[in-house]
Amino acid sequence: MRLDHSVTAERSIASRLGPGIVTVGSLAGLLAIWWIAAIVADSRVLPAPPAVAEAFWRDARTGELFFHLAMTLMRVAGAFVIAMVVGSAIGILLGMNREANRFFDPWLILFLNIPALVVIVLAYIWFGLNEVAAIGAIAVNKIPNVVVTLREGARALDRDLEEMAKVYRFGLAKTLRHVVLPQLQPYFAAASRSGISLIWKIALVVELLGRSNGVGFQINLYFQLFDVAAILAYTLAFVAVMLIIEFLLVQPFEAHSTRWRPKRARG
Amino acid sequence: MSNLSKPIPPAGGPSALEVEIRGKTFRGADGGDVRAIEEIAFQVAPASFATLIGPSGCGKTTTLRIILGLDPDFDGRLRLPDDGAGRIAAVFQEPRLLPWRSVEENVRLAMPDADAGRDIDQLLSILGLDEMRSRYPSELSLGLARRVALARAFAIRPSLLVLDEPFVSLDEQTATRLRTLLMEVWSARPTTALMVTHNLREAVQLSDRIIFLTERPSRIRGVHDLTTPRAERDSRWREATLSTVAKRYSGVL
Repeated sequence: MRLDHSVTAERSIASRLGPGIVTVGSLAGLLAIWWIAAIVADSRVLPAPPAVAEAFWRDARTGELFFHLAMTLMRVAGAFVIAMVVGSAIGILLGMNREANRFFDPWLILFLNIPALVVIVLAYIWFGLNEVAAIGAIAVNKIPNVVVTLREGARALDRDLEEMAKVYRFGLAKTLRHVVLPQLQPYFAAASRSGISLIWKIALVVELLGRSNGVGFQINLYFQLFDVAAILAYTLAFVAVMLIIEFLLVQPFEAHSTRWRPKRARG
Repeated sequence: MSNLSKPIPPAGGPSALEVEIRGKTFRGADGGDVRAIEEIAFQVAPASFATLIGPSGCGKTTTLRIILGLDPDFDGRLRLPDDGAGRIAAVFQEPRLLPWRSVEENVRLAMPDADAGRDIDQLLSILGLDEMRSRYPSELSLGLARRVALARAFAIRPSLLVLDEPFVSLDEQTATRLRTLLMEVWSARPTTALMVTHNLREAVQLSDRIIFLTERPSRIRGVHDLTTPRAERDSRWREATLSTVAKRYSGVL
């Protein structure tokens, strides 16, 4: 019995550490490839990691880097909230109402296929070079994707539970909170996962075209100065911010909201 | 219809459940109409237990759905106990629990807000769910999940209890145990109850009145009242009753 215990304990430690070690190893491998390539190429356009770190420190010391990161993060957060709220509302409505869906489906296909650049340019022309146009343009780019995902979720809602809620007189608020939203949770998770990465990429283009701060603005600036190390420093810094959000906010929230699932089904 | 095994005054509404369905038609997938119910009319006395029995697909579940208000598209009329003022509880064929809420939350969520803090310890302990309060439905066997569904139904103190084959696809031992539990909880506070089953033994054991339905489109084939108090229903009585009923309504056993 004792042997069994220690074996399973070891295995569980190994399996817990395993993925972490693999991740670190894989990132170290990527870094090594980059480093070797930079040494071999020996060129301004492909700086080695220390040069990027130096560029990072240069802008971090003055606080400039954090200011631009914060501006971009603010736009990403604003656009994300708007896109999720508006997109979910429309998606759930279309999923539940067949006629509305038939009518609006062509609109949805149209919006899904408008290039992000067109939306951004039009938003700046129509609404001016301001924050509202910037955040609005990012959100509009994301909304159709959220609609499509949440529409699938609303179509898959369990009729049996809906009837149960009706018989037991749950009322609208209780039904939404305890019956409908938990069923949509995986769809919210999918939409926000794919959403947050899409949104920050679009946010950079928005900043490049019409804002005077943010990571996108800085990258445009360093592009004109041909400073690849600084471009990489800003990119990696923002990727790091997004990873922190993923690990500190998204994953704990998801673990909490799927705690009722049988353990083996948890991702 | 008097029943000596029920000394407690009826807690269900003062008026009987009156069901009068004069026709129910479904639109089939191919566009054709399917007549499910021709004419079903019956009453269930206050605080008594009635059972609907009929062949598969004869419209028993449809009748229950009409009573539950889930299918308003029918000809006829309904009169609920308490004239609809009280609450209706349903135990469906599948337990229909919320997988993301614990056992206790599932029971409490059904209770009216005014009643939210009420003590349900006794109910859970009669049903053997004491230890299960914080478990999630995915961790329960079908038999346990059915008990939770029963707890939820009784927790709201309904004026009408509707059960749709609540013991189907359980092994006989578990089903028998659950039937006993159902009677125990129900007798503590008898409420007007209507159950659908295709198990005549179950009907004879539990009911004050058995309503037999014909094949689709269904009509009432006959009504059989059982006046023997439940406490006196031993296995000999049950076998005798079963054979009497089976003789009168051939093919029901």
